[in-house]
Amino acid sequence: MLNTFFAVLRRDLLLAWRGRADVLVTLAFFVIVVCLFPFGVGAEPNQLRAIAPGVLWVAALLACLLSLHRLFAQDHVDGTLEQLLLSSEPAVLWVLAKVLAFWLTTGLPVVLVAPGLALLLDLEQGALPTLALSLALGTPILALLGAVGAALTLGVRGGGMLLALLILPLFVPVLIFGAGAVEAEASGTGAAAHLLLLGGGLAGALALAPLACAAALRISTD
Amino acid sequence: MNSSQRGFRIFRFAAPQVFYPLAGRLAPWFAAAAVALTLVGLWLGFVVAPTDATQGEVYRVIFIHVPAAWMSMFIYLVMAFWSAVGLVMNTRLSFVMSQALAPTGAIFCFVALWTGALWGKPTWGAYWVWDARLTSQLLLLFLYFGFIALTRAIEDPRRADRAGAIIALVGAVNVPIIYFSVKWWNTLHQGASVSLTKAPSMATTMLAGMLVMAFAAWAYTLAVTLWRVRPMILERERHTEWVGEVLEREGGRK
Amino acid sequence: MLEIEDLACLKGDRLLFRGLALTLAAGELLRVAGPNGVGKTSLLRLVTGLALAEAGEVRWQGVAIGRDRDAFHRDLLYLGHASALNDLLTPLENLRFACAAAGDEVDEGTCMEALVRIGLADQLDLPARVLSQGQRRRVGLARLFLSSGRRLWVLDEPFTALDVRAVADLATTLSDHCRAGGMVMLTTHQDAPFAVEPRVLDIGAYAC
Repeated sequence: MLNTFFAVLRRDLLLAWRGRADVLVTLAFFVIVVCLFPFGVGAEPNQLRAIAPGVLWVAALLACLLSLHRLFAQDHVDGTLEQLLLSSEPAVLWVLAKVLAFWLTTGLPVVLVAPGLALLLDLEQGALPTLALSLALGTPILALLGAVGAALTLGVRGGGMLLALLILPLFVPVLIFGAGAVEAEASGTGAAAHLLLLGGGLAGALALAPLACAAALRISTD
Repeated sequence: MNSSQRGFRIFRFAAPQVFYPLAGRLAPWFAAAAVALTLVGLWLGFVVAPTDATQGEVYRVIFIHVPAAWMSMFIYLVMAFWSAVGLVMNTRLSFVMSQALAPTGAIFCFVALWTGALWGKPTWGAYWVWDARLTSQLLLLFLYFGFIALTRAIEDPRRADRAGAIIALVGAVNVPIIYFSVKWWNTLHQGASVSLTKAPSMATTMLAGMLVMAFAAWAYTLAVTLWRVRPMILERERHTEWVGEVLEREGGRK
Repeated sequence: MLEIEDLACLKGDRLLFRGLALTLAAGELLRVAGPNGVGKTSLLRLVTGLALAEAGEVRWQGVAIGRDRDAFHRDLLYLGHASALNDLLTPLENLRFACAAAGDEVDEGTCMEALVRIGLADQLDLPARVLSQGQRRRVGLARLFLSSGRRLWVLDEPFTALDVRAVADLATTLSDHCRAGGMVMLTTHQDAPFAVEPRVLDIGAYAC
């Protein structure tokens, strides 16, 4: 049963490794977006500290958005997607494998780098673990929701912009709870509620998004 | 097409050739109802209803704002409903309905935002505050835009139908989540703001005016949607016999 | 047994064909014929379930394919226009993935044998992007050797870009599959030396 799951996971990780420049570009994008903010709003430490959670989260969200088109585009063009859809194993499984591989190669690096970047914005050091944790819970939700959008816009003209329009409104709750968690921790009110809600959101997205994504992929080959 | 091809009629479609003329007959009635109800509603709202004790005349914008906001949310739900029906039952008319509803929903959404801003300036002193209701309304407008853009961007009508249905359902699942998250965010950041719909001690005439306007909006939606559905049905069914007959009857327009 | 009943195909807003009916029994090799644009590829995609029929039904062993998709897909091998090769992977990696993705458990040695048998012994470890068109096609076709358990083979232009010897080999493989009780449905513009003359379905007869 998990044969297909692991085959897809292994292949996508191997492909990410062979095309590792793409992964690094995503990470560099994340870093640069964060570094732009001090130039825009001024380098006053108090102000930077205040906007740090939001800035880091918006940058992570954009980095995820910009790499989402990679998720299915190549497989769609070269026919691999058709073969996967003809698999005798449930589509939900290999969709999950693809999203997991995507998260491991784009979400996880962001999670690991974010605490370092937070220091540039002078974020409270006690809030750094919360930042990493909120991103670790939140970015998989972004990947799962984004996968639905990526599947729907496969092969559509203007797909990239359309993808942003489709899924950015859906990202808002994740942004609210993710950035909210860091802010709550930094201001000393505790982030437990935010993190629990993010965890709940992740569970819901894990249950529903692969179904919607598989249905969208079936439509895309019609 | 000759009669030997008449055997080809297995369109799993809730009889478009029945619905097409029906929509044409019903639409004018709903349009007339919309006009009449709007006149009554505006008369109630702007002439009969008393001036509000705290807000003065400004409050009268709610006779447009509140029905528009209600309708914009209601239409999204109806869209999601038809999308689900379409995906489950494979009836093409359902997809057409949800796509015909979307522009109207977006317009009501925009009207609600616009009137909200006009009301906000004298009341809050700013055209826009990040109030939970206004913000959710804005995100709903984006969801409408996404749906419309996606269904317009996909060339193949069948694929557009199904893709649109999926995003409408995904959106419908997310609307309550968005609403509550925004509300939560709002209370954390700003504290309670003056709520638009909780006009203190609302007079009966005010409520009546709002309800009449809501029905007017509902009738308008039906009329416009039915009119919009008709050409969409013809476009999708243009390779069938009955569409050819309809086009001939209606003056041979291509 | 594959049954097609009253099938109609809509592409964009054009009805390609309708009223298409067909029964394919074990051991039969069917060639789908017709000029370009008549809907040959579309028909194959309808049969696999990748595309949705405008009207009509495809049944496998008496069950509509949409009803028990997984069971149908266990019996189906489809090789389409696109080669389903990733340029960054070697033929061996591509083939192993294709088998695993389809739900077959095939070990590396067997995959290697299949690739050697189809004439790619020297290309096993090269990335797919350096292969020629014919070689790319062969990587896909190597799956035929590993899929004798799948009874229905649906092949879209399998002979394209193959040399004469490869065409003959492929024809033999297909004939063998049919002799063993399988079924093959293919499109081609080439004559191939099949052991038994294939049955021909002319879509032109159902065109709109």
